[in-house]
Amino acid sequence: MSVLVDKFDVFAGGFWLTLQICVLAAIGALILGAVVAVLRISPVPPLRALGTAYVTIFRNMPLTVVMFFAAFALPALGSNADFLRIPGLDVVFTRLSTDLPYFRFALIALTLYTAAFVCEALRSGINAVPPGQAEAARSLGLTFGQNLRYVVLPQSWKASIVPLGSVIIAMIKNSALIGFFGVVGDLSQSADQLTSAEGYAFIPVAIGISIGYLIMTVPLGALLDRIERRQAVAAR
Amino acid sequence: MSSVLYDVPGPRQRRLTLIISVLAALLVAAGAYYLIYLPLDEKGQFSMELWGPLIDPSNENFVLVWERIWVGIENTLIAAGLAIVASLIIGTLLAILRLQLKSLAGRRYAGLSTPVAYLLRGLGSGLAVLTRVCVEVFRGLPVVITIFFVARGLPEFGVTLETLWYLVIGLTVYNGVVIAEILRSGMEGLPFGQREAAVAIGLSPFQTTTLILLPQSFRIMLPALISQLVVVLKDTSLGFIISYEETLNIGKQIIGVLSNPIQVYFVIAVLFILVNYSLSKLAQYVQRRLARGRKTAALPTASEVATPVDAGANV
Repeated sequence: MSVLVDKFDVFAGGFWLTLQICVLAAIGALILGAVVAVLRISPVPPLRALGTAYVTIFRNMPLTVVMFFAAFALPALGSNADFLRIPGLDVVFTRLSTDLPYFRFALIALTLYTAAFVCEALRSGINAVPPGQAEAARSLGLTFGQNLRYVVLPQSWKASIVPLGSVIIAMIKNSALIGFFGVVGDLSQSADQLTSAEGYAFIPVAIGISIGYLIMTVPLGALLDRIERRQAVAAR
Repeated sequence: MSSVLYDVPGPRQRRLTLIISVLAALLVAAGAYYLIYLPLDEKGQFSMELWGPLIDPSNENFVLVWERIWVGIENTLIAAGLAIVASLIIGTLLAILRLQLKSLAGRRYAGLSTPVAYLLRGLGSGLAVLTRVCVEVFRGLPVVITIFFVARGLPEFGVTLETLWYLVIGLTVYNGVVIAEILRSGMEGLPFGQREAAVAIGLSPFQTTTLILLPQSFRIMLPALISQLVVVLKDTSLGFIISYEETLNIGKQIIGVLSNPIQVYFVIAVLFILVNYSLSKLAQYVQRRLARGRKTAALPTASEVATPVDAGANV
């Protein structure tokens, strides 16, 4: 078990890197997902088709393939994702500004992939708003935008919290893939490094890595369960 | 669905929609052309040299490439099929077990002496807590990590298997737990009268679960279960980390020879999207059929179904 103490900095560093990419990808996915959700419910057919196409493609493609696309197609398109070196942000998240672009590629892949699920979570929240509400708003003469802003979205927010949380949890778990894909130093890559290259005993390393992920996923899941139960009681 | 958000458009609105539609379509097309097509074309990514082996039957490599891809698809389907069957079995057993333990934990053991009764109650709730912890741990760990741990861990204990089995075990550990939770939430969502009726005709808790609750739970949770199939199918692509020869790994091998990553990944992505999209459509169809059928049990609402589906929304 000494590896847990000796290599504590490796575990902590891996946890920190995984947390960083999760925070960044969550922010990106929430923004992009909201945009796609707006596209999907907009009254303009081509925009709706665009949103639907996006969701269909990214929901049905394995994240692994998305990640490979990000790593191969982006350089082919002549980009190494430099636009993610956002001034100020790259001071806090130093990996954004490194010369090895894998972190940014992984971030893009995770964001694009998760956004499709965020969109669906938001839409399920919008669908949960009783149609009578929107009808009432419409009969009051509110426009589409007003209807969304003042009536539907504030209520849908409540119904989408739980599915959104599930999406974020899934995203945290998906982030484990980045280590197998070129990003050095996150939790999953540390597991590989410590067990195969440095030859540490398997069980303690597995425990350390598992704790790292469980710290992020289990409390969030418990919180969601509580919210869900409270909402179920309130709805009765 | 969302049509309730806006009225049936009048002439002015229709004109406006048309104008915005055309503008938006142009914008999207221009974006696709300038940001995706042109850069790819400049790099010569549309040359037949790169695409030929995949789409041109007269190409010398065409047959070879597709033979390999077919091997990959077969392997993917084998792994997915085994993982699905295994997770369904494990999931069902786990769901039954958790429900039994829950009813056991609430039992009073009247008629037994006090210490024995307390011991049994402690044992019951202890086991209930233990299964709960197992569920939380295996659900909270990324599948990649589970597969990796299985492939790295089992050989340490002297169990060496083919890579297929590592993948299947890893997928089963995760998806079994997820399916167990889907089935359990289905059973607990059933009206309580079902259970009371079962008790009234003298069924034991085990009989109640297996004869009354479980079959209904399978029925109402069918859409969520089918969506979980999509997740398993997508997750088989993780086999590449333990070098199982599934579709993606074969793709990597092809790229190694022909060096056309974008084209190969494009074809693989299309394959996955086609299969998974039809599975999702099947889930939707089943859901609609169920919604139309007899309503003995309150069907879960859209958001409730969405939750387990998205919670399992892995890789």
